[in-house]
Amino acid sequence: MSADINIVVVDREGQRHELVAPTDMNMNLMEVCKSYELPVKGTCGGMAMCASCHCYVESDHQLKEPSDDEEDMLDQAFFVEDNSRLGCQIFMHPDLEGLAVTLAPESE
Amino acid sequence: MIQTDLLIIGAGPTGLFTVFEAGLLKMKCHLIDSLPQPGGQLAEIYPKKPIYDIPGFPTIDAGELVDNLMEQIKPFNAGFTLGESAVTIDKDDEGQFIVTTDKGTKHRAPSVAIAGGLGVFTPRKPPIANITDFEDRGIKYIIKDPEVYRGKKVVISGGGDSALDWTIFLAEIAEEVSLVHRRTSFRGHLDSVDKVMALAEAGKVNLITNAEVKEVAGGDKLESVTIHAKDGSKTVVECTDWLPLFGLTPTLGPIGDWGLEIEKNSIVVDNATDYSTNIEGIYAIGDVNTYPGKLKLILCGFHEGTIMVQSAFKRAYPDKKLSFKYTTVMGGVGSLE
Repeated sequence: MSADINIVVVDREGQRHELVAPTDMNMNLMEVCKSYELPVKGTCGGMAMCASCHCYVESDHQLKEPSDDEEDMLDQAFFVEDNSRLGCQIFMHPDLEGLAVTLAPESE
Repeated sequence: MIQTDLLIIGAGPTGLFTVFEAGLLKMKCHLIDSLPQPGGQLAEIYPKKPIYDIPGFPTIDAGELVDNLMEQIKPFNAGFTLGESAVTIDKDDEGQFIVTTDKGTKHRAPSVAIAGGLGVFTPRKPPIANITDFEDRGIKYIIKDPEVYRGKKVVISGGGDSALDWTIFLAEIAEEVSLVHRRTSFRGHLDSVDKVMALAEAGKVNLITNAEVKEVAGGDKLESVTIHAKDGSKTVVECTDWLPLFGLTPTLGPIGDWGLEIEKNSIVVDNATDYSTNIEGIYAIGDVNTYPGKLKLILCGFHEGTIMVQSAFKRAYPDKKLSFKYTTVMGGVGSLE
């Protein structure tokens, strides 16, 4: 069994949340946020088709490049910055220990 | 006025299968959906994506599941009001519900099942404070009559097929077309991307990439937009029209104002009995409802619809006896047609 990792999520009110995420459950960041009842809708269920889990990666972790699907969805989102990602496309992995993200503003 | 035994709001998988279960009880159904085709999210968002958790199907594409459901409910001749969204609900003197759509179509039924899924698909609006001041005064999210842009100065935003297609089309008839996109590459058909690039090179389209429209200004009508580039520079572009084309997103919509108990954008139902809401005669099934332990799965929607129609039958035919039969015992649904 792989270890849990510690991640930090800053919500839209600026509140900091320290979360513990399992790395052996195939969970993504959107799902981890939802399991802690943070205000992430995850409308499409994690198919990179709604952008309700749009967030900014604040730590300098080397994440996998976004897929075309993710870039395409970010094209339809607002408040997009260079460090924008969809939480549902960031899968929990031991390398992501200390990951820090901020939830992007809701636009709908 | 369309009269039916069970009015179903939402023609996604849950609404469609409910027609089958109601049909077994000889109840007639009518469905309303804001989208122009049945299938809900499956048809609109992910028709080509495989689904792996439909019992009996190791894998099935979402679009194929919709086709199969349509085939399965064919014998029951359900009615459809497509491309219209349910806006108001009233009760008449006989205790029947009257549901009216945004286009004024009226439906009457003793029971209403809300199978609205994620809600009504509406255009994504850019977060600009005064954007609503210019809606239909230069700003439109959906293009219905392109002729109105003849000879106009049009700015289009977006990176998908609809932004590309309208850029190509309007380049011919508008006086000036600018396409604004947040990055340099476009999604959408390669063919369309190539065409837009060629139009830009020929000077027929003003292509502005790595940029976003962040401000709008004007008097009675839209007069200009301000484009913020990634490098921090700002450009004011004079225009008569701005078309922000950022796709559709679902919202609960007018159903949220029907007096139903809502929790986190979902309708609270009694899952111990018949998925009834706080208003007698209105049920909520599928992704739109919530109860302790709720899972938003197609198969759960199928189950909820099946249980719900038994209760709706008693409302439609209070004097009739209801007996549950297996379809295998019945030898198919042919005898019910």
